[in-house]
Amino acid sequence: MADESKAPQSPESPKPAAPGPSAAPPAAGAPASLATKPVAPAAAASPPVQVPLDNELSRRYRERFGAAILDALEDRKQAILVVEALQFREVARYSRDAEKFDLLEDFTAVDWPRREKRFDLVAQLYSFPNNTRLRLKCALRAEEQADSLFSVWPAANWLEREIFDMYGIVFRGHPELKRILLPDEWQGHPLRKDYDILQQDTAWVRENLGIESGQ
Amino acid sequence: MNDLANTIDDRTPQRPDTLLGADELVINMGPQHPSTHGVLRVKLKLDGERVIGSECVIGYLHRGVEKIAENRSYQQFAPYVDRMDYVAAVSNGLGYCEAVEKLLMVEAPPRARVIRTILTELQRIASHLLWLGTHALDIGALTPLFYCMREREEILKIFEKYCGARLTTHAFRIGGLQYEAYDTLEKDVERFCRGFEARIQEYSDLLTGNSIWLGRTRNVGLLKAEDCIALGASGPVLRASGVKWDLRKAMPYAAYDQYKFEIPVGANGDTYDRYLVRIEEMRQSRLICLQAIENIPAGPIMARVGKVLKPPPGEVYHAIEAPKGILGYYIVSDGGTQPYRVRIRPPSFINLQALDKMIRGHLVTDVVAIIGTPDIVLGEVDR
Repeated sequence: MADESKAPQSPESPKPAAPGPSAAPPAAGAPASLATKPVAPAAAASPPVQVPLDNELSRRYRERFGAAILDALEDRKQAILVVEALQFREVARYSRDAEKFDLLEDFTAVDWPRREKRFDLVAQLYSFPNNTRLRLKCALRAEEQADSLFSVWPAANWLEREIFDMYGIVFRGHPELKRILLPDEWQGHPLRKDYDILQQDTAWVRENLGIESGQ
Repeated sequence: MNDLANTIDDRTPQRPDTLLGADELVINMGPQHPSTHGVLRVKLKLDGERVIGSECVIGYLHRGVEKIAENRSYQQFAPYVDRMDYVAAVSNGLGYCEAVEKLLMVEAPPRARVIRTILTELQRIASHLLWLGTHALDIGALTPLFYCMREREEILKIFEKYCGARLTTHAFRIGGLQYEAYDTLEKDVERFCRGFEARIQEYSDLLTGNSIWLGRTRNVGLLKAEDCIALGASGPVLRASGVKWDLRKAMPYAAYDQYKFEIPVGANGDTYDRYLVRIEEMRQSRLICLQAIENIPAGPIMARVGKVLKPPPGEVYHAIEAPKGILGYYIVSDGGTQPYRVRIRPPSFINLQALDKMIRGHLVTDVVAIIGTPDIVLGEVDR
């Protein structure tokens, strides 16, 4: 029943939701401050889900990289390090070599259009020897380029191509940065929040599929 | 004579490093090629019949699943994940439901977790069966396909009896299960598992010692353990390279910590080892099912979750061992009713990345065998 009452709402909902987290009033302030403050103020009513991370691991990182580790926190018992973007690759390399995070499990991005630094890059690392996970994050301004992690983990190749495809983030040092899921000529980056769910590259669709709309 | 010599001379190799002294030839395999298991296009760079380079062109099935997720409520998105790896829909659903449960900080009740485990392991068997049948068919063995489909059908019937759907099941709900196990579920699973041991032996008899099979799969598509890890390849591909690692053991979820099973590993990391690993995984899945039906705890099947889900702001990453490898969900909540971001870490997509490494130096005929061996599903590669 609950699902039914929601169904008609969903085609319209992208519009209010698109500019950012404003759709949910109690949380509006919280995500915007995530990058700088570990504890989201909106979560004060419920038990805190994000707490500062202060263990051996975070201390080692802080000792090694100092101010480049902007934040260390734990969200639902998962360790997160927020890193200065310019140091991201160095931290990644250190994670692989010294901390034995040998697997880049996933690499993706999140768009926060209202923040000054619009994009979050998020890398999920896994260590086979220690059986632990770590999440590395860094924030990028809209036109800022990121350092490719390809030289650290070759697995980053397609993952970075996907991020480029979906968000338009350019990776310095990537061997072959081009779209991977969408056609090469496609205009726009669909996972950006200002790209509506019904939006598409109509010119491309008309030219290549011979129809007015792909819907 | 001289003239002839001259004409041959004219064709002297411009590239002495290629075997025939000819230019490289680029051919397209797919997207409409039966052995590519869907709409995968592989551009092969050939020297004669030997592959010297390749490039995968993917995205033909891209539907923007991650974008859709941002525009649906948490529950509304659950059926969409079934359509990624559509031959292992139950596993996709398990990963998604558990990820959202982690985000909500609730846990499914024990009964739900055991039933989830049973269905997921049956799904693993079904997925491996489909892989085995089609993979053998690619290489030229027709019979295993019919055998595999026969057993897969029994599993799909169990799914149908449980939730009414065979392929895109949407079997689980966030917080537990919607449907109570039907009366004869244990009996059906037991009957299947008891008979299945002999069936696996049948496949094994057909293929394991078969000299054609050995010739086509041994030392074909080698992937060393370091390469697997560097490229992110997981699941049976990783295990066949000798890494004894399985998320069900490393970071147990559902009810896997309660059951005894082995992690099969290969020695060489070739196509043959990946075949052996999957055969053994089916045996282990069967054992897990048999242990699980012994004792399904009584109790509720649904945790207390609201009708409208509003997870506290924050993020969570949860991964499960899907039949194809690590299937991860990274979900960001902004406190609203719809996820702010859902990232799906698809095992097929990342395993496919290793294809180039596997096919270099092989013949075109081997490419067919090697495309089959990472067990990719294009619905999941493209999402």
